[in-house]
Amino acid sequence: MQRIDATGYMIAMQRFANPANFLKLATRLTPFAAAIAFILLAVGSYLALFVAPPDYQQGDTVRIMFVHVPAAWMTTFCFGVMAAASAVGLIWGHPVAYVAAKATAPVGAAFTVMALVTGALWGQPMWGTWWVWDARLTSVLIQLFIYLGYMALWNAIEDPVRGAKATAIFALVGAVNLPIIKFSVEWWNTLHQPASIARVEGPAIHSSILTPLLIMLAGFTVFYIWLLLVRMRQEILARRIRTLQLARTRKLQVGEAG
Amino acid sequence: MTRKRRRLYLVVGAMALLGVAAALVLTAIRDTLVFFYSPMELAEKDIPPGKNFRLGGLVAEGSVEKLPDGLTTRFVITDLSAEVPVLYRDLLPDLFREGQGVVAEGALNPEGVFMARQVLAKHDENYMPPEVAEALKKSGQWQGAAETE
Amino acid sequence: MAEFFAMGGFAAFVWPAWATVIILMAAIALASLRRLRQTEATLTALESGASIKTDIT
Repeated sequence: MQRIDATGYMIAMQRFANPANFLKLATRLTPFAAAIAFILLAVGSYLALFVAPPDYQQGDTVRIMFVHVPAAWMTTFCFGVMAAASAVGLIWGHPVAYVAAKATAPVGAAFTVMALVTGALWGQPMWGTWWVWDARLTSVLIQLFIYLGYMALWNAIEDPVRGAKATAIFALVGAVNLPIIKFSVEWWNTLHQPASIARVEGPAIHSSILTPLLIMLAGFTVFYIWLLLVRMRQEILARRIRTLQLARTRKLQVGEAG
Repeated sequence: MTRKRRRLYLVVGAMALLGVAAALVLTAIRDTLVFFYSPMELAEKDIPPGKNFRLGGLVAEGSVEKLPDGLTTRFVITDLSAEVPVLYRDLLPDLFREGQGVVAEGALNPEGVFMARQVLAKHDENYMPPEVAEALKKSGQWQGAAETE
Repeated sequence: MAEFFAMGGFAAFVWPAWATVIILMAAIALASLRRLRQTEATLTALESGASIKTDIT
């Protein structure tokens, strides 16, 4: 019945989607991810703080950009991962996909807080205000509430199977905010400036500032991957504990009955 | 496979519907999400004196002057097709410069002068070291502060 | 060195921004690692305990 789609890719996906196999792979990959993230963040921070020149207009406040932009990138990237994983979970029913989405949410929320705080600390000296209700800043604040809502929904539903489905639908609906964040600076007049890296004409940043920024972006991304591996392992093991405990209570009940 | 296929179509279809709905809503409330008006839009909108709004554009080259009271700054906000004179009686942000983007909040007086209560600097998406900016200006390839967006 | 920490007069903004990011990233990393260790310990205890239990009953 499933033969039609059983290409090599699907077989690989099925094996990956098996929690036990995933656990083995994740445990092996964790130290590598940690090492790569540490090296990238260390090198990136050194270049950002000591080597990169001050900006011609913004002086040394440009050094806030090296943490602000990666945090803002992770704000959208993490939720993109959650939405994609939720879709995979809903359509193909892979349990590992739901685990990935659930494990990502607090990380994404933390990155959103970082983006908002560093943005305020950059806005005050450069724009003259900590906060404005322009479309970019407002849509990122809404994203924080979407993260918190997603986490609250997981906590609110006790049955893990139903919780997985409900949160997955919530994540897909919440993903509508991602293009709004991205294009807010183009669709509306905002105080926030338009994109500097991901734009049609190519980056508008001099290489001496762009190189450290790209290294920091890579560092934040690998740091997230490492965290994801750690958190997914924890989640899978916690589910195994729950199953074991359930089995044991059942056995006890059977024992008492007999 | 049919059940999975059906779920795939369902998710894709629902997402498409959701996208269309979001796009419709955003188009409908587009005007209310505008953070500021440019001088050109202001000329079309005909906002009455005393009504509070934000005005954004470039600080016109050579327009900034301190008035004799030592506190008030007079300058002109332009979008290169229309201009509005502005008066502001407070400290200006660090990034406030001629030729740079700025967003002012306040209201027009009956003479058509924008009385700003707050002035925010808007910076562009270009980042470079001072020497590079200097070299670009010298070679005539400068295209930084002259363009707003 | 003093010049480096002064950040061209913007020390009050640059350093809190970096501190926020470092503290939050370290906090979520440590919390996630601790939870993983705890869960691993619980599972080991449970699995060994379960086998003993089955031996007895």
